[in-house]
Amino acid sequence: MLSLQAATVRFGERAALDAVDLEVDDHRIVCVLGPSGSGKSTLLRAVAGLQPMDGGRVLLAGQDQAGVPVHRRGLGLMFQDHQLFPHRDVGANVAFGLRMHGTGRAETNARVRELLELVGLPGAERRAVAALSGGEQQRVALARALAPRPKLLMLDEPLGQLDRSLRERLVVELRTLFQELGTTVLAVTHDQGEAFALADRVVVMRDGRIAQEGTPLDVWQRPASAFVARFLGFDNVTPATVTGQAAATAWGKVPVPEGSPQGEADLLVRPAGVRIGAPEDGLRCTVGVRTFRGNHVTVRLLPENAPVLEAECALRDTPDEGAVVGVRFDAAETVVLAGAGKPSGA
Amino acid sequence: MRLGLMAVPVAFFAVFFAYPVTAIVGRGLKAEGDWQFGRIGEVLSRPDILDVLWFTTWQALASTALTLLIALPGAYVFARFDFPGKQVLRAVVTVPFVLPTVVVGTAFLALLGRGGLLDELWGVRLDTTVWAILLAHVFFNYAVVVRTVGGLWSQLDPRQEEAARVLGAGRFAAFRRVTLPALAPAVAAAALMVFLFTFTSFGVVQILGGPAYSTLEVEIYRQTAQLLDLPTAAVLTLVQFAAVGGILAVHAATVRRRERALKLVDPAQTSRRPRGAGQWALLGGVLLTALLLILLPLGVLVERSFDGPGGYGFGYYEALQTVGAGGSSTFLVPPLEAVGNSLRYALVATLIALVVGGLAAAALTRRAGRLVRGFDALLMLPLGVSAVTVGFGFLITLDKPPLDLRTSWILVPLAQALVGVPFVVRTMLPVLRAVDDRLREAAAVLGASPLRAWREVDLPLVRRAVLVAAGFAFAVSLGEFGATVFIARPDNPTLPVAVARLLGRSGELNYGQAMALSTILMLVCAVSLLLLERIRTDRSGEF
Repeated sequence: MLSLQAATVRFGERAALDAVDLEVDDHRIVCVLGPSGSGKSTLLRAVAGLQPMDGGRVLLAGQDQAGVPVHRRGLGLMFQDHQLFPHRDVGANVAFGLRMHGTGRAETNARVRELLELVGLPGAERRAVAALSGGEQQRVALARALAPRPKLLMLDEPLGQLDRSLRERLVVELRTLFQELGTTVLAVTHDQGEAFALADRVVVMRDGRIAQEGTPLDVWQRPASAFVARFLGFDNVTPATVTGQAAATAWGKVPVPEGSPQGEADLLVRPAGVRIGAPEDGLRCTVGVRTFRGNHVTVRLLPENAPVLEAECALRDTPDEGAVVGVRFDAAETVVLAGAGKPSGA
Repeated sequence: MRLGLMAVPVAFFAVFFAYPVTAIVGRGLKAEGDWQFGRIGEVLSRPDILDVLWFTTWQALASTALTLLIALPGAYVFARFDFPGKQVLRAVVTVPFVLPTVVVGTAFLALLGRGGLLDELWGVRLDTTVWAILLAHVFFNYAVVVRTVGGLWSQLDPRQEEAARVLGAGRFAAFRRVTLPALAPAVAAAALMVFLFTFTSFGVVQILGGPAYSTLEVEIYRQTAQLLDLPTAAVLTLVQFAAVGGILAVHAATVRRRERALKLVDPAQTSRRPRGAGQWALLGGVLLTALLLILLPLGVLVERSFDGPGGYGFGYYEALQTVGAGGSSTFLVPPLEAVGNSLRYALVATLIALVVGGLAAAALTRRAGRLVRGFDALLMLPLGVSAVTVGFGFLITLDKPPLDLRTSWILVPLAQALVGVPFVVRTMLPVLRAVDDRLREAAAVLGASPLRAWREVDLPLVRRAVLVAAGFAFAVSLGEFGATVFIARPDNPTLPVAVARLLGRSGELNYGQAMALSTILMLVCAVSLLLLERIRTDRSGEF
């Protein structure tokens, strides 16, 4: 459906999009993930035609979009803060795109009713948008974007402003809805949880370039670089020298899976792979702050003369703060990251 | 596209503002085709002119200080307190601002002048003293401070001050360190507007100042119309132009500072009922001031208009319907016809101001470079440039083909529109700028072409602002005096011109008719303003 070829956007010296290639297949949900300033919003604006490009091409269904103005691209875009029209009621907001395309009144009304039902707001046509809660606004914005049956629906931080529990519920609803409708979706977000729950494919961006692309499981299991690993929330990343099935690190010798790349590389140890034992057993650490996360606890461990380690353990095995413990590592939870030789400065 | 939008306002200002003003300055400063800049020095070293300059400046400073002193407590009360009748009172204190200066002068004459209320009660006369001028200026500009400062004050989040209190600041320290810095730019902007209006004051000083006091604008009028001393008038026009340019430059800088991000909240959340004796006393004081300063002069004006030689009645109003009542040939037509003339002219002027100002505001919507900002400032100039000069300039420049308008009625609305345009731009610009660009983008993505997006998004959102702008332009046009007095034809006077002419004659009947006519003018202005208050929701604008 959508194809970007060497898409480039520059703001002065800085490239917000640096020769990005991206494919979004029909009926797929692709999520672009990245920290703020990584160029992900610029990507959406470039596809929509709101941001002129300095190089490269945007193709929609095989058609080059150069010179096609925004309003003729037939896309849907849900803005970060919804941007509902404040002077129109819910029904008129949803009907806007249909009116712009010259849809007849009866058909428009039927479609508005159908969409409001779809997003869980049946009969809300006459309500004022100012009176809606954040979650309701989000639903209306979605209905408005879907109403003209866009070729491609783009979502900019779709759930960014909502509170956590609502977000977790809505993300499941959205995925179910898009799968039922067969909508092609390109979403951008900085929230990895949102991206992994929503997407068929995840694209991680950094400084206007694609840092990694793959299924959510792929990216989660095998981050391509120290940047991606840290962005996903893993803090146990350290430079290492891999020899055979062991890596020499600041934390001592860490076992790595069979077939890992050899030589200098960054090493990721997932918190689940940090095993806490008796003080005389392995790397000696002092227990720091503990964070309770429902069914497990994240513990900060302070080794002598080495970077902080994060460990995950079951509630009943949690050591006391200030205790001295020993640490061993599980080879199944370590990943030798590509991009060898680069120190993990990020 | 933006340049296209700017073409109409630029052309309008070039032909109806820059051309007449430069022509009249040129006529004053050129002799046999050569510029005589030496005249500037000559004029500026004359003691009488220096007196005028000195008086203009100090009375403007004093008026500004007095206005701030009296109006700032009012701004606080309107921003932070809830009390019955607040909406009505807010509208009432705004009435003076849209009143024609001639009416303000007349009202204070009725209060402080010969045979005025104070004269009757205690034998006190303040007309021809500077106090009458200062009080009238406070009356006129009270609303500028209350609206500009109070509008912002009511939207400042009180929790900011509470945060400072929790951090250990005393009540006064919290005000001084948190609220005052946030308000300072608004106070400065309001003070500069008041200074600008009082520095260029004409009608008020003309009526109340007597021969003793004369501002630059009054002196320009005297030199032009009475002494026919064009070189002196030209020099004074330039001096005023430079001063106003300076004030506007400072104003633009403070306004830009005001646009700095402040955390604003809904005014409805920040006001509450007064608590404790101190706060009730403050509220009482402000209400009393409003009563004495604003309602009393207007009340006396109305009372005088009914107080004929044979007791109260409609005698003066009836006299307005006849020619030459009172034995004088002041008018070629019944003075009451001035009402119709004024309304007609003001309507046309409003239309012109809306088109010119609306196009200018649309062009200025997007923040842009120096050129556009300069254009922004240019639009404010008519507020300060001598209206007398503009009026006289019209007469000497628009009298030959292709623009021979001297005998055309359109001349009056054109001059009035010139003063209306700044109000239209100032009212519409903040609203247009507040329209989130992404709303337009949302419309575009949904299939709206740029023109369609403007019609579907911008227009509905600014519809109220257009109405408010129209109201201001209408009120200002209705009250315009300095330029109109030159170009209104004797058989087609406007209300302010008719009032001034009646006041210029002796005799009780003329005086009473002036009061009656001023009352009518006041009612027309007040009604149009009260209508505006009903449709106006956004109070963050500058006027």
